[in-house]
Amino acid sequence: MSIGKVLLVISVMALCTYLPRMLPLALFRRKIKNQYISSLLCYLPYGILAAMVFPDIFSSTASIISGIAGTAIALLLAYRKRGLLPVAVSACVTVFLTERLLELAGIL
Amino acid sequence: MLTFRKGFKDGVPIALGYLSVAFAFGMLAVEKGLPLWSPVLLSISNFTGTGQFAGIDLISSNAGLWEVVFTILVINIRYMLMSLSLSQRLVRDMPLWQRMVIAFGNTDEIFGVCLQQKEPLTMRYMMGIILCAYSGWNAGTAAGVLAGSALPAMVRTALGIALYAMFIAIIIPPARESRPIMKVIVLSVLLSCVFSYVPGISGLGNGWTIIICGVLSAGLGAYFFPLTMKDEDPLDQKGEVR
Repeated sequence: MSIGKVLLVISVMALCTYLPRMLPLALFRRKIKNQYISSLLCYLPYGILAAMVFPDIFSSTASIISGIAGTAIALLLAYRKRGLLPVAVSACVTVFLTERLLELAGIL
Repeated sequence: MLTFRKGFKDGVPIALGYLSVAFAFGMLAVEKGLPLWSPVLLSISNFTGTGQFAGIDLISSNAGLWEVVFTILVINIRYMLMSLSLSQRLVRDMPLWQRMVIAFGNTDEIFGVCLQQKEPLTMRYMMGIILCAYSGWNAGTAAGVLAGSALPAMVRTALGIALYAMFIAIIIPPARESRPIMKVIVLSVLLSCVFSYVPGISGLGNGWTIIICGVLSAGLGAYFFPLTMKDEDPLDQKGEVR
């Protein structure tokens, strides 16, 4: 791809990322009164984030076994209301250690 | 008070997560043979994860312009839902230009952390969290480009789970307090697994799957467990969730 085309693609991408983020914020300036819609908007973030995490989280590491181990630790600590950073770091450490064990066992 | 300082502090975990993801992004872009400046420019101008990873595939495969438009829009339609949700959480009377600035920084992770705030979101708070996370994103990209594949693979694969774990830390505590939220999450996870594993519909693509699962689960949640509206403010309503 030529430099000009790369620049064009990057500009188009920036536009296609900014517009979906900007339009609802610019257009919906008042509070939504409709009970169903406002309930929907309250639940929507949880539905979206949940669908983004599962099942992709299982394949986010080198092995599905370490992925499941990391997920389990994250769920447990999140349920105990630990903060974002402790949960993320613990999940990473769990994955790292699990993968070393899997290597020793000859699975990975 | 939701000050700049508080926003910046809340942005630190996001920035740390971004460092590793953006690092991987920078490395992958170089590996795929893109010019060294392009991943940095992508991070500065796009500030999004999934879209940028798709972008380096599109560039390296010399995709057509419409293919780029379609792919990136499908991946990013979820942002419309997040921005719509965010628009209900901002302080009243926030001027249009401030909303348009905030829109640039409405990433999945920033949106998730904003969700945890009980007060209406101020411009200062949003600037703090966005600047902090944006710095991490761009620093990570630049470091990834420079370092190439210096980071050992075993550390890289362990970091792959970081942002997912953060999302879990965002959605699980409220689900503990509210059965409807828990049910919405469980339903969405089940749907998402169906879309991923059942042959035939699994080729739908991640962007569409997330939208369908999110809207369907939240739609059913709103139908069966409508929130009682004591106050117009959805933040107060959250307290009314059974």
